Amino acid sequence: MQSELYTIPSIDWSLVMPFIVVVITGVIGLLIEMFRPKQNNNAIVLVSLAGLAGAFALLIPQLGVTTTTTFAGMVLRDQFGVLLQLIIVAGAFLSLIFSEPYMKQRRIAHGEFYPMALWATSGAMLMVSSDNLLMIFVGLEVLSIALYCLAGLARDEQRSEEAALKYFLLGAFASAFLLYGIAFVYGITGSTSLAVFMETLARAPGINDLTVLFAITLLLVGFGFKTALVPFHQWTPDVYQGAPTNVTAFMSAVSKVAAFGAFARVLEASLPVQEFWMPALIVITILTMTVGNLAALVQKDVKRALGYSSIAHAGYVMVALLAYLQDPAKGSLGTVITYLAIYTFMTIGSFAVLSLTAVNKSEGTRYQDLYGLWNRAPLAAGCLVLFMVSLVGVPPTAGFLGKFQIFQDAMGAGLPLLAIALAINSFVSAYYYLQIVRAVFVDEEGALRVQSAPMNAGLRFALVICAVGVMPILFAPILSQGKQTVTLSKMIESGAFLQRPVASVPLNPEPGEKVEQITPSAPLSTVTGN
Amino acid sequence: MESTGFGIISGLLAIPVIGALLLMFVPEVYDKMIKGLAIAISVVTLLVSLAILQQFRPGTYHMQLVESVPWLPSLGITYKVGIDGISIWLIVLTTLLTLLSLVFSTYIKKRVKTYFILVLLLETAMLGVFTALDMVLFYTFFEVSLVPMALMIWIWGGSNRNYASAKFFIYTFAASIFMLLGMIVIANQHAQVTGVFTFDMVQIQAAVASGKLWAGASQLQNLIFWSFTVAFMVKCPMFPFHTWLPDAHTEAPTAGSIILAGVLLKMGTYGFLRFSLPFFPEAAQLATPILMWLATIGIIYGAIVAAVQPDVKKLVAYSSVAHMGFVIYGIFSFNHMGMMGGAYQALNHGISTGALFLLIGLLYERIHTRMFADMGGLKAKMPIFAALFLLAMLSSVGLPGLNGFVGEFLAMAGAFQSAQAGFFGLTPLMPVIAGIGVILAAVYLLWMFQKVFYGPITNPQLERIKDLKPWEIALVGVFVVFMFWGGLYPNTFLKPMEISVEGARQMALNPPNFRPTWQDRNLEINDKGDLVVVSRSADQIDLYQELEVVRPGQLYGKRQRSSLLVQENSSQTKEAR
Repeated sequence: MQSELYTIPSIDWSLVMPFIVVVITGVIGLLIEMFRPKQNNNAIVLVSLAGLAGAFALLIPQLGVTTTTTFAGMVLRDQFGVLLQLIIVAGAFLSLIFSEPYMKQRRIAHGEFYPMALWATSGAMLMVSSDNLLMIFVGLEVLSIALYCLAGLARDEQRSEEAALKYFLLGAFASAFLLYGIAFVYGITGSTSLAVFMETLARAPGINDLTVLFAITLLLVGFGFKTALVPFHQWTPDVYQGAPTNVTAFMSAVSKVAAFGAFARVLEASLPVQEFWMPALIVITILTMTVGNLAALVQKDVKRALGYSSIAHAGYVMVALLAYLQDPAKGSLGTVITYLAIYTFMTIGSFAVLSLTAVNKSEGTRYQDLYGLWNRAPLAAGCLVLFMVSLVGVPPTAGFLGKFQIFQDAMGAGLPLLAIALAINSFVSAYYYLQIVRAVFVDEEGALRVQSAPMNAGLRFALVICAVGVMPILFAPILSQGKQTVTLSKMIESGAFLQRPVASVPLNPEPGEKVEQITPSAPLSTVTGN
Repeated sequence: MESTGFGIISGLLAIPVIGALLLMFVPEVYDKMIKGLAIAISVVTLLVSLAILQQFRPGTYHMQLVESVPWLPSLGITYKVGIDGISIWLIVLTTLLTLLSLVFSTYIKKRVKTYFILVLLLETAMLGVFTALDMVLFYTFFEVSLVPMALMIWIWGGSNRNYASAKFFIYTFAASIFMLLGMIVIANQHAQVTGVFTFDMVQIQAAVASGKLWAGASQLQNLIFWSFTVAFMVKCPMFPFHTWLPDAHTEAPTAGSIILAGVLLKMGTYGFLRFSLPFFPEAAQLATPILMWLATIGIIYGAIVAAVQPDVKKLVAYSSVAHMGFVIYGIFSFNHMGMMGGAYQALNHGISTGALFLLIGLLYERIHTRMFADMGGLKAKMPIFAALFLLAMLSSVGLPGLNGFVGEFLAMAGAFQSAQAGFFGLTPLMPVIAGIGVILAAVYLLWMFQKVFYGPITNPQLERIKDLKPWEIALVGVFVVFMFWGGLYPNTFLKPMEISVEGARQMALNPPNFRPTWQDRNLEINDKGDLVVVSRSADQIDLYQELEVVRPGQLYGKRQRSSLLVQENSSQTKEAR
């Protein structure tokens, strides 16, 4: 009897292969850790990097492939997801490659860092490649639990422990909110699929239904925590400062990209009740940018300042996202993707340079610890200047291109208020980024006594990649690719999205124009709950 | 004329960058080689700029030597560069001043390599500002120039460098980011009106000239005008946005001061001529009284504050505030003579203030102080230096015969003519007050000369001081040549820019459809394959050459001709090739 109710869906393994590679590499890494010679992580590092490179290679051919689902609609492959996965894998690769020398300096070279970072990466990848709330949640938890452990990697240091505990408690709290929200969604629609949710919202009384509003509010809170929007940002500075620098780099890129990917899908699904959350999110976005930048101005620790800066940048990404949601014709998810990619390079690059200041167990990320870096490590210092200039958004760096595109989207979508707030924030932020630049060049007495770790090949590699990564010309193709990204909205417009569980025929294919085809590879009887 | 591909202007922009890249591979220890190489590169740049000057044809307000290459086509951004009469002298000024300041910079001992790399990068950024014909490209160079300058102040600056460079960077960055927003609005507006999303300045100006762009959007035009103009006012700097300048000048190393005063400030005045007038004609006319009053206040205020400075560099910095007031005066007089004066005064200020900063730098290398209290009685010890300083100072004062006089006189006379005619709410009171500013300039500059060179020697350090070396005399001599040349035969400089400046005036003053454009030609091939006249005003160069500008506000001298032309074109005359 059971077999009649549930047909085992046929599975397209190519969609999930990247996750599988990353997860299995993590397992192999753990196995190596058992048999390796003492205190030598080289084999684990090599295997982990090879695994990530493999996942990257598997993802590349998937760019531009038609939107498909597998595992009974649980896993979704679309342009948006694949691009974000590429960013996530690249971010993980870059933050792993400079980790070993840094962790050796701080005497925390524990081999389990690598498997855990890989699993976190797989969770992040899963998060952006599903439109099912349950899968998003599973991905989120895989990501978060690994990150809680990683934040406390420096286990005999108080600050790191504090970071881990704080992150765990607040994160668990936020997860609970999210789960509660998902439960409400299930209660309303009888499904955890975002497509069904959206369809229900469009039909139902929508905004007049209190449960709907409650569900969306809970989802917003959950994702607001993950993406560090004000007022759910309180954990960010402490965790960024307390966690080891390589973990901070990983977190600032991978976790942020994943959270925004999922958030974008959820918000897009809630578009029918846009008038409910849009004003709230506009206020939150302005607050996020402003609070992030103002708080960063008064910090004495560079890592903490960059923590606040990441809050501000989350606000910038939100501007792009809101512009897209407000007017999908003018804004574009391409901007969101591009900015996240640019931010990944900028932030990992900056933290990679900061990892140099850790000498003899101590972290050393106050402004004074950067003094005279220009004399000691010109390449690193030069790169840091470049990243800071890019974070400010000075042309011709990629940071400028990203901001320019956000401005353009916001103006076009009729949100000039957000554009002006972003402009004001840009020059407010210039001050603390410039303070970091200045610290690098200080060469008074005393500055020469500051020590920093020697350069190493991994760091050099990461820095060069990140420095190349802030060259804008690279992002032009991504931007135009992203502009053609078939997004939820476009799919919904064509009606394809909603019919996806049952329909397998392409809708109105126009001659000469590439139309995304929805070809589910499974009968998909499970999702038709309503 | 317009070529797709890279040409001589791209070469001009590329040489300093390539030079900077080369320098990166020279080890720091070979500092002589670094200095020599950097100077050689800037000589090559100067020669290329002279070649461009040679290729430049005066007598048209169209953009020349235009090169355009698609850059980010999906965003409507092209790499498009070109020159006209307004930019040509600024380009030569930039390459010349960069060379001279690099030669002076052989005094630099700390972090030689970084210093020369930064100056070369700064040179490309400045040249880029004056040649860019795409708004985003312009903004890019406009902002890029901030970074090397801020770093120069930061690394080689004086005691208060921290504050000065942060203030410099944030002040200018804050103002120009709103210009970026304004650019996006213009591009959106252009897309709405014409259906083409582009940041191409030539196309946008053509849309303004035909009156299409701002039709029914005068409020928006005012708003965007100010977003641009404030950015240029800060850059200029114009009262009340001048406060970053004295700090930046005082703390900057000498070469930084020369470039800052000589070229960076000109980006502001260039912006007025390139954007504020041609892009926002109605708004510019409306804003004229405000800007003129601010310039008037700036002239007097700058002069009074300069008079009480105890620091010689700060004094010259405040005198810049006053002198730039005259440039604004000329530009916003909307009078042919006045605008010529304004544009010319911008060049003169670069020469005379550049020379003053250079001389102060030479003195500073000897006595390591800039305070008047430590000077006095230098004339006996350094007679050559005193003579050269006197010349530079008199040029700054505006002594007839030297270059400063020509610019200031033309600017004030133009403003007076406009004011007498009662244009745009101007009153004759303004030029009268500004005239007092000229007298005040003589007062504080002569005081400065007196305090530095006369009186008893109080500072024992000065007893052993040596006069200028021959190469230093030669360095200052270049400035002196231009002071006399600009004062005695200004036509060399005025003639090539005349038509372009007049073009800017007419772009701002004429009614829609009578405004000239920068387009290379006004003919376009339509979809039927016919050659069609697109813009009525574009081919009026020949007409213009037959005219004399009689008085401000008058459109064209020979009414009949122009009306004839309009009639001809209003029926969209098709011309066979």
